[in-house]
Amino acid sequence: MNISVLTPDKEIFEGEITSVKVPGVGGQFEVLANHAAVVSALGSGEVRLLKTGGEKMTFKIEKGFIEVLNNKVSLLVQGVTEQ
Amino acid sequence: MGANLKEVRERISSVKSTQQITKAMKMVSAAKLRKAQNAITQMRPYADKLNEMLMNILSNLEGDAGTSFGTEREIENAAVVVVTSTRGLCGAFNTNIVKEASRVIEERFAEHRRNKKLTIYFIGKKGFDGMKKKFADVEFNQEHQDLFQDLSFDNIATVSQMLMDSFEDKKYDNIVVCYARFKNAATTIPMADQFLPVPKIEIDDADLKQEEKEKTTGKADYIFEPSKKELLDHLIPSILQTKFQKYLLDTHASEHGARMTAMSKATDNAEDLIKELKITYNKARQEAITKELSEIVGGAAALESA
Repeated sequence: MNISVLTPDKEIFEGEITSVKVPGVGGQFEVLANHAAVVSALGSGEVRLLKTGGEKMTFKIEKGFIEVLNNKVSLLVQGVTEQ
Repeated sequence: MGANLKEVRERISSVKSTQQITKAMKMVSAAKLRKAQNAITQMRPYADKLNEMLMNILSNLEGDAGTSFGTEREIENAAVVVVTSTRGLCGAFNTNIVKEASRVIEERFAEHRRNKKLTIYFIGKKGFDGMKKKFADVEFNQEHQDLFQDLSFDNIATVSQMLMDSFEDKKYDNIVVCYARFKNAATTIPMADQFLPVPKIEIDDADLKQEEKEKTTGKADYIFEPSKKELLDHLIPSILQTKFQKYLLDTHASEHGARMTAMSKATDNAEDLIKELKITYNKARQEAITKELSEIVGGAAALESA
């Protein structure tokens, strides 16, 4: 599935992933392929992307939102600190 | 005649060096303008997606979408945020924003001004310079004057957050932002926009239908987490912060656009001036030569006849 990770300043990642783990305000959850359509607010915590090639990408965020629709994930994040 | 020649020569060289400076400033502004425009473009996907989410929620939400930021209340305390540049040499750019701010204050907050219930926030130094005399009786806040030094979202969000907090704490009941909307390098529009309370969020029916038509094919029932209402409470501040960011980025781009135009005009004017001065110089030179020649001829004739 495809993801685009956007901050207000720029796009930090766009590409194919197999899964993404995000810190929802109601608890951490993971999105895999064919996930149901969801819109959720995110709290502070760690985001983990597993890219299709097996490469991992992790960063911390302060807050944000995630939208999943038809295997297309939009991740809007604020206060990103790379790790 | 000789002294005049020298004078003109000196003026030409001084205008030429001024022209070099304005030319350099024009090019610097052009580069900065490109960067500033880039920043606006890079923010757009984020802002668009946020709005899309908002529309999504609102179209799925029954009943009122009211949030605390949208509540109109009796205006007791008001704040005006004046966003200008910190540097000059950009034509009437800052003057226009100051004018717009003054108009808003006189039209909407004259009474608050009399009752000392008005605060003016300055972002960028020129706003303060332009308003300190005329509005000497109003309370000024220059804490965030240097905000332009770091235009990253996180930095600017501290200010927008502060404004939102003071709105929620009822410190201010109405916040207006005066800035320059960026249209293109030559045109910037001074604007006064009500930042808070948010004008009621209404979805245009035609718009909504259009959007729904587009989406019916792939539109699934979203799971909203947490509830739609709570989600809105998270979403609205982010949208407001993005909006505030846009004010600053717009003004920033406008500033460089205005300076580029001003400097370009100055360079052209210098060019015209140099042309004129050169004609004057050549005329004076020719005059001197003619005079000298006629003196020599006259002298030779006098010798011959003698």
